[in-house]
Amino acid sequence: MAKMTKDEVIEVAHLARLAITDEEAIHFAEQLEAITNAMELLNELDTENVEPTTHVLPMVNVMREDIAEEGLPRETVLKNVKEHEAGQVKVPTILE
Amino acid sequence: MKFHDKTAAELQELLHSNEATIADLTKQTIERINQLDPKVDAFLAMNEEQAMAKATELDNTPMDQRGPLFGLPIGVKDNIMTEGLVTTASSRILEGFNPIYNATVVEKLRAAGMITVGKLNMDEFAMGSSNENSYYKKTRNPWNLDYVPGGSSGGSTAAVAAGEVPFTLGSDTGGSIRQPAAFCGVVGMKPTYGRVSRFGLIAFASSLDQIGPITRNVKDNALLLQAIAGHDEKDSTSADVEVPDFAAALTGDITGLRIGVPKEYFAEGVSESAKQAVYNALEVLKEKGATVEEISLPHSKYALATYYLLASSEASSNLSRFDGIRYGYRTNKASSLLDFYMNTRAEGFGDEVKRRIMLGTYALSSGYYDAYYKKAQKVRTLIKQDFDKAFEKYDVIVSPTTPTPAFKIGEIIDDPLTMYANDILTIPVNLAGVPAISVPCGFDGDMPLGLQIIGNYFDEETVYRVADVFEKATDFHKKTPQLWEGAAQ
Repeated sequence: MAKMTKDEVIEVAHLARLAITDEEAIHFAEQLEAITNAMELLNELDTENVEPTTHVLPMVNVMREDIAEEGLPRETVLKNVKEHEAGQVKVPTILE
Repeated sequence: MKFHDKTAAELQELLHSNEATIADLTKQTIERINQLDPKVDAFLAMNEEQAMAKATELDNTPMDQRGPLFGLPIGVKDNIMTEGLVTTASSRILEGFNPIYNATVVEKLRAAGMITVGKLNMDEFAMGSSNENSYYKKTRNPWNLDYVPGGSSGGSTAAVAAGEVPFTLGSDTGGSIRQPAAFCGVVGMKPTYGRVSRFGLIAFASSLDQIGPITRNVKDNALLLQAIAGHDEKDSTSADVEVPDFAAALTGDITGLRIGVPKEYFAEGVSESAKQAVYNALEVLKEKGATVEEISLPHSKYALATYYLLASSEASSNLSRFDGIRYGYRTNKASSLLDFYMNTRAEGFGDEVKRRIMLGTYALSSGYYDAYYKKAQKVRTLIKQDFDKAFEKYDVIVSPTTPTPAFKIGEIIDDPLTMYANDILTIPVNLAGVPAISVPCGFDGDMPLGLQIIGNYFDEETVYRVADVFEKATDFHKKTPQLWEGAAQ
């Protein structure tokens, strides 16, 4: 059975860009350990000669002609932006 | 005149004979929602003004230009984009998000003349089986307000069960249409993967997600799938196959139909009430001319683990787009760019979403990729092969939709693994990509139970035909919760 430590959870949270407190990491470590242990059931199966399935239907890449088309109007694109100025997305200052 | 207990055909009769207008129907639907929803809490956003304006406009369309759903009201799950109508996927990270385009299914509803009356509550990003993971509210089961409606499309099924609206759309990644349909005693269909365009559906697990119809009867369900199905060049995973006439498939004849009943779906953890209701249903189908045989889908017990690895992996990738820059929630606590991303996401996502993002990130990280993600993709092949083999000999596979009826709000929310087990009988269907419906088939006390009918790829017709025969032979779909008549009108 794999053990999930607090530090591992903090590492994974960092990879996933999620801020996490020590207390939360301990809580999630317990739950994720239980979940990943349940997932180890799959190791019962010999899958050496089995092909992986990524999609259930036969899929082909769908391409369109490489022709420049007009994009959305700037006003529409900015509709859900929290802050914008002069048609640009505004973000908080992060450099002194 | 009451509208809320009518089928699509009955409503059209009233409209075509000029006994009612589309405006009358829309107005009464909105009034009923306003009256009942403070109890049920199914709706997140209402579209009153636009719906009434649309109704008045549609009333001018000549009768001979109207299809079977023309002028009828519908509610849409909140992970489906509706232009100009706030769409949040029940997440704080999309609070107030106002889509700048419609999902393809919403365009199709418009083309069919349907009127969107509002958006429906769900588990955040469709992750959950109880609707308790919504950031905004907890939807209640109309059959007993202390119970969950199921999830993740719990708002969509509760609204139909309460008679607030006769049609809703849901989405189903591991059972999110069928499980709440069973819990709420309504009809819910997950079509074949690729049957319905996913363009404009907020992605959870792209290789599993599928939009589908929720209604109070099978015929209406077939009509709604007809309206939303079809190839879409905006979704490269939508299938370029012909869409048959689903309603025409309801012939009432299942003579010689071969039903397979997988013994693994009646194993430990499945309640006696759920099993017995399905055994009774099989007797009904036998009487109508079907043959029933026990079969084995030997890899069923691996489906849950396979699903949570694959769905969480896909989710961790899909949800990486929520960074607080161009839309959605934004933190006000950041001293660096990394801080900005990490705080935005920590404050914007709920616990279940975080759990799955972390599980997926873990399963995809180097060192674990082969052991978890790739392993799960291989087991998915074995699960799919179980179904392929079964459909060589059988026309449909029948089982309970859920192991148990609905549970109480708060009962298992702190136990993720027990919560996940709710979907143990619906998940294999998504992994294989085949279609399946849940129809009401009994009660455990006051709470409804669902019958799951699974079909072969792109054979929704047979699934609907069997469901319709069962519905016509039984009365379960006619029962209504107490609050149904409690409302005025």
